[in-house]
Amino acid sequence: MSDNTHAAYWAANLKILGVLLSIWFIVSYGCGILFVDQLDTITIPGTGFKLGFWFAQQGSIYVFVILIWVYVALMAKLDKKHGVEEA
Amino acid sequence: MTEIQTLTFGIVALTFGLYIGIAIWARAKTTSDFYIADGHVHPIANGMATAADWMSAASFISMAGIIAFAGRDGSAFLMGWTGGYVLLALLLAPYLRKFGKFTVPDFIGERYYSNGARLIALFCAIFVSFTYISGQMRGVGVVFGRVFDMTVTQGVLVGMAVVFFYAVLGGMKGITYTQVAQYCVLIFAYMVPAIFISFQLTGNPVPQAGFGGQLLDDGGMLLSKLDGVLTDLGFTAYTLGSMSTLNLFCLTAALMAGTAGLPHVIIRFFTVPKVKDARISAGWALLFIAILYTTAPAVAAFARYNMIQTVNDTPYTEAPDWVKNWEKTKLIAWVDKNEDGKMTLAPGAAFKGKKPIHTDPVEFGSAGQVLLTNEATDNRNEMHVDRDIMVLANPEIAKLPPWVIALVSAGGLAAALSTAAGLLLVISTSVSHDLLKKIVMPDISEKQELFAARAAAAVAVGIAAYLGINPPGFVAEVVAFAFGLAAASFFPAIIMGIFWKRMNREGAMAGMVVGLVFTASYIIYFRFVSPELDVAENWLFGINTKGIGTLGMLLNFVVAIVVSRFTPPPPQEVQDLVENIRIPAGAPESSGSH
Repeated sequence: MSDNTHAAYWAANLKILGVLLSIWFIVSYGCGILFVDQLDTITIPGTGFKLGFWFAQQGSIYVFVILIWVYVALMAKLDKKHGVEEA
Repeated sequence: MTEIQTLTFGIVALTFGLYIGIAIWARAKTTSDFYIADGHVHPIANGMATAADWMSAASFISMAGIIAFAGRDGSAFLMGWTGGYVLLALLLAPYLRKFGKFTVPDFIGERYYSNGARLIALFCAIFVSFTYISGQMRGVGVVFGRVFDMTVTQGVLVGMAVVFFYAVLGGMKGITYTQVAQYCVLIFAYMVPAIFISFQLTGNPVPQAGFGGQLLDDGGMLLSKLDGVLTDLGFTAYTLGSMSTLNLFCLTAALMAGTAGLPHVIIRFFTVPKVKDARISAGWALLFIAILYTTAPAVAAFARYNMIQTVNDTPYTEAPDWVKNWEKTKLIAWVDKNEDGKMTLAPGAAFKGKKPIHTDPVEFGSAGQVLLTNEATDNRNEMHVDRDIMVLANPEIAKLPPWVIALVSAGGLAAALSTAAGLLLVISTSVSHDLLKKIVMPDISEKQELFAARAAAAVAVGIAAYLGINPPGFVAEVVAFAFGLAAASFFPAIIMGIFWKRMNREGAMAGMVVGLVFTASYIIYFRFVSPELDVAENWLFGINTKGIGTLGMLLNFVVAIVVSRFTPPPPQEVQDLVENIRIPAGAPESSGSH
C-alpha cells in the first residue's frame, strides 16, 4: 500500500473518531453534567424522568453502546474501502 | 443453619464447583495459553469475560448502594464506568491488538524503546492491580460474613483458595472461560431481584422503565415520591445533586480514563484473533455491562424508597429480620437518641467515628438493640446503614423468596472473584513476562517462564488475602483510588503512543512519573496521612481525592508534551511501528509472536 492511501485512511479514521467522541462528550458531560439543571426543567412525557437526570443515569449509557457498534460498522467499511482489512 | 444459609451454601458451592470444573478443562499448557488464552477467544465470549472481569464487587455490591444514598451525584459512576469503554473501543483496543504483544508494559516498553519506561509501567500495573484487588477482597468478606456467619478472615481465605486454584492452574485461558460462567451467574443474580422489585413497586417488570414509572400503592411517580419523602426528612432531593459541577466532571473523567487505562481490562483485547474482533469485543463487552449499569440506578431508587418506607418511624421491636441480621455484622446500627423506641432517619451520621463499636461483652438496650460505645451526635438521625449492604439486603427488604437472596450472594462472589482473578493474572504476567523474561533473564525457557508466572500468581494471592483481611477502606473508595492512578499514569502514555508519532521516551517517562506521584501523594495525603484536612477548603481547585486523577492525567499530558519537545524524536523504527499499528492489515497472530 502506498503512503498516500495510508495517510487518507488515517485521516478518515480520525474524522470518524472526532464525530463519535463529540457525541460521546455531549450526551455524558453535556447533558448529564454541565447542562443537567437546564434539561431537568423538561420531564419526559408519560414518565417520572426529568430529562437531565435520565441522560445522566440511563440515556448516556444507551448512546455509548450505540456509538461503539456504529464505530465497528464504519471502520469495517473504511478498512474495505482502503483495502487494509485483515485476511 | 437457617433456610437462607442452606440455600446460599448450595448455590455458592454449585457455582464454585462449576468454576473449578472449567479451570480443569481449560488449564494452560503454554505461556501463550497462560497470558492470552492462545489468542483464540470468540468476540462474544471475550465480551462476556471482559464484562465479568470489569464488573467487580464495587459494581455489583457497592454501586447501587452509593447511588441510593447519593442520588443524582451517583451518575458519575454510571457514566464514568461505561463511557470509558467508548474510549477503550475507539482509541486503544484495535491498536493494541494490532501491536500483538502480551501486556501493557510490553507496549510501553517497545513504543518508548526503553526498559526504564517498561519498569515504570510495570510498577504502575502492579500498584493499580493490588489497590483494586484489596477492594474485591473486602467484597468477598462482606458476603461471607453475612451469609455464613463466618469471620471476614475465614471468608477471604475460602475465596482466595478458589481463585488460587483456577488462576494459577488455568491462566488466562482458565480465567476467560470461568469469567464467561461468572458473567452469567452475576447478571442473572442482579436482574432477578431487580425485576421482582420493579414489578412489586410499579407493576412494570422492566427495571429501567419501572424506575420512571408510577407507584402501584399511591399512583404517584416513584421519583417524585422519593424526592418528596427525602426532602420531608431533611435530605437533598433524590434527583438533585449536591456535588459541585467541577467535581462531578473530574470524577467522571477520572473514572472514564481510568477504565480505559486499567491493565486487566486492556489485556483482554489481546486474546481475540483479529483487530476487527477487538473492536467487536468492546461492543459486546459494553452491551453486557450496560445491562447491569442501566439496572443499577433503578435498583438504587427502589432500595432507597423501600428502606425509608420500612424503617423510618418503625419501632425497633417490630423491625424486620434483616435489620437485626445486619446489625450483628456491624453494617447496621441504631442509636435511640430520643428514646421513643422508633428508628428515625435523618441526614448526618448517627454517631461519632466511622464504624459502630459494640460494647464488649455485647449489651442490649431496652428494645433489644445492640448498644454502642460510640458517642451519639446531636442530629436527629438514629440509623447507621453501610452503603455496601444495599444490594445484598435489597431482596430481604422487599421480602423476596429465600432463593433470590441466596442467588444475590452467589452473584456478588462471582463479581468479586472474576475481577480478582483478572487482576492476579496482570500481576503474575507483569512479573514473569515483563520483569523476568524482558529485563532480568531474557534466556529463560518457555517452561520456566510458565512456572514463574504460576509462582508469581501464588505469591500475589497471598498478598491479596492479606489485604482482604486488613482492608484499607470502603470497596468503592479503594477502587476509585485505583482508577485515579490508572488515569494519571497509563492512559496518556498509551494514547500519545498511538496518536502522536513524535512522543518520545523522555516525554512518556516524565509524564507517567509526574502523573502517578502527583495523584498518589494527593490521595495518600488526604485519605491516610491527614484525613482531618480532607475538606473542600483545602482541596486543589476544590477537586476532591476521587476526581484528582483527572488533574494528574492533564499534568501527565502537559509534562510529556513539553519534555518531548525538548528531547530528540523517537528512532525511525519506532515511528514505523506506530504507522504499522494504525493499519489493521497484517496483524500478527497474537500467540507466540514475542
